[in-house]
Amino acid sequence: MRKLIVVLSLLTVGIVSQSMQTPNAASITRGKALYAQYCMSCHQADGAGAPRMTPPLGKTDYVTGDKARLIGIVLKGLNEPLEVNGEEYFNPMASFAHMNDQQIADVLTYIRNSFGNKASAITPAEVKAQRAKIK
Amino acid sequence: MRKIIVSLISLITLQASAQQADIQLPKGFAITNITKDKGRVRHIAVHSNGDVYLKLENLRYGKGILRLRDADKDGVYEDTLAFGNYIGTGIALHKNYLYASSNSAVFRYQLDAANNIVNPDQPERVVYGLVDRRQHASKSIAIDPKGNLYVNIGAPSNVCQERDRMQGSKGMMPCPILDSAGGIWKFRADKLEQSYAEGVRYATGLRNVVGLDWNTEVNELFVTVHGRDMLYQHFPELYDAKAGAELPAETFYMVKQGDNAGWPYVYWDPFQNKKILSPEYGGDGKKEGAPDAIKPLVGFPGHLAPNALLFYTGNQFPEKYRNGAFIAFHGSWNRNPQVQEGFYVVFVPMKNGQPTGDWEIFADGFTGKGKVSNPRDAMHRPCGLAMGPDGSLYVSDDAKGYVWKISYSAK
Ligand code: HEC
Repeated sequence: MRKLIVVLSLLTVGIVSQSMQTPNAASITRGKALYAQYCMSCHQADGAGAPRMTPPLGKTDYVTGDKARLIGIVLKGLNEPLEVNGEEYFNPMASFAHMNDQQIADVLTYIRNSFGNKASAITPAEVKAQRAKIK
Repeated sequence: MRKIIVSLISLITLQASAQQADIQLPKGFAITNITKDKGRVRHIAVHSNGDVYLKLENLRYGKGILRLRDADKDGVYEDTLAFGNYIGTGIALHKNYLYASSNSAVFRYQLDAANNIVNPDQPERVVYGLVDRRQHASKSIAIDPKGNLYVNIGAPSNVCQERDRMQGSKGMMPCPILDSAGGIWKFRADKLEQSYAEGVRYATGLRNVVGLDWNTEVNELFVTVHGRDMLYQHFPELYDAKAGAELPAETFYMVKQGDNAGWPYVYWDPFQNKKILSPEYGGDGKKEGAPDAIKPLVGFPGHLAPNALLFYTGNQFPEKYRNGAFIAFHGSWNRNPQVQEGFYVVFVPMKNGQPTGDWEIFADGFTGKGKVSNPRDAMHRPCGLAMGPDGSLYVSDDAKGYVWKISYSAK
């Protein structure tokens, strides 16, 4: 019996996280509004960034690649020489640690599925896990 | 046959106009392009023999400085010399030396009697070790007739918060950045290997000066400052999107030794005509602050990025331009959700170091397509200004690497 419960709960966890990996429309809609509020001033309405200042979010490995690295950028901010698609940018990015796990998951899911990107969703649990590592 | 030629010509001009921005100027002025595709051309200087020096922010042919020479004076710069292995913004001529800056140092190159650089690969280092923390790192330079070298050291910060650009993070009191940045430092142009210790903090409370020029009519330094960002994004309860786009003003100051312009504690509000306390320091959009700080001569619309300042001392342009200021605006990136603004060269009529009338747009059309919502879409971004020996005005562009010459003929 004990064993069965473990197996069953493992299964449900599996199903839940599976379903959350495919970006859902509600998360993307919330993410779009959060993007306008928190990210657009620097990364621009079209996500293309600003020359010399802010890198683009479209077609970059930082956005569509490793989730932990992406979540880390938003939680910690970034101020080090970084080449994005062959160009360097000189402004710093602030930390957005004041956004909650759900908000960060939403905004990242949105940018991973906008500006020509297509990538799996980010879940609040993944953000929470990264946040715990930083503290 | 005639027809074919005509249509060919119109085809060619059509194609040219598709790639070339159409620059609008006041009546009587004409513009010619002297070079293109040189990358991020920042500040420029023109020597008394007509040589044009460009300081680059990305290496070109592996070098960071270009000298364009038109030896036979036919208007075509047939000879390009590339030297200097560092990127940067500042460039200036003084006596028989060329000065150029990296983001942390100032170098100089001796010119010989034929105006050639004696040793292009071995510059002398005049100043070293200046703050370079990526943000606002470019070092603009100006030299007065007495041989004092003025260097802008921009603050590597938006408004001196404990955590830069993080919403809710407080402004540090006092702002520790001001000890080594956020101002103009004065050095000697004729002394080598100067560190901060040999320099004087000439003026402070200047977030990021990119345009600076010595005014020989009144013998004072004048600067144009990039104002702070993020009022709307960080304080939506105090500033709406429009206020965030228009505030604070980009500013134009005369600065004397010891002056303080108030950054980060205040910003200039051109509508209230007041120094308003920064919200990171307890401001609410109305409270004033920094009573001892100097006031600007002009407050321009927010975020336009005044990247170059030049006092016109030539004889070629009409009388109204004499001793007035040209300012090159690089164009904004942070006025959205509003469209971006700037991307033009402005003229401020002046006498005895004071404006005598309203500023006006002198050269416009650099975006190549009217308004843009992302500066990336601007074809050109004005960045540097210089005056030639015949009184022509030179303008550089750091988006596509163009340089133009603007001349006047009364007809
Ligand atoms: C204050 C301006 C600013 C804001 C606001 C801002 N960023 Fe950034 N961002 C930057 C800069 C500048 C860099 C590059 C930093 C560097 O080079 O070290 C960057 C880098 C990034 C990167 C990695 C590089 C790339 O382009 O893929 C990502 C991802 C990113 N930002 C996402 C976001 C998200 C999501 C938000 C909103 C929650 C946001 N940024 C808000 C300025 C900003």
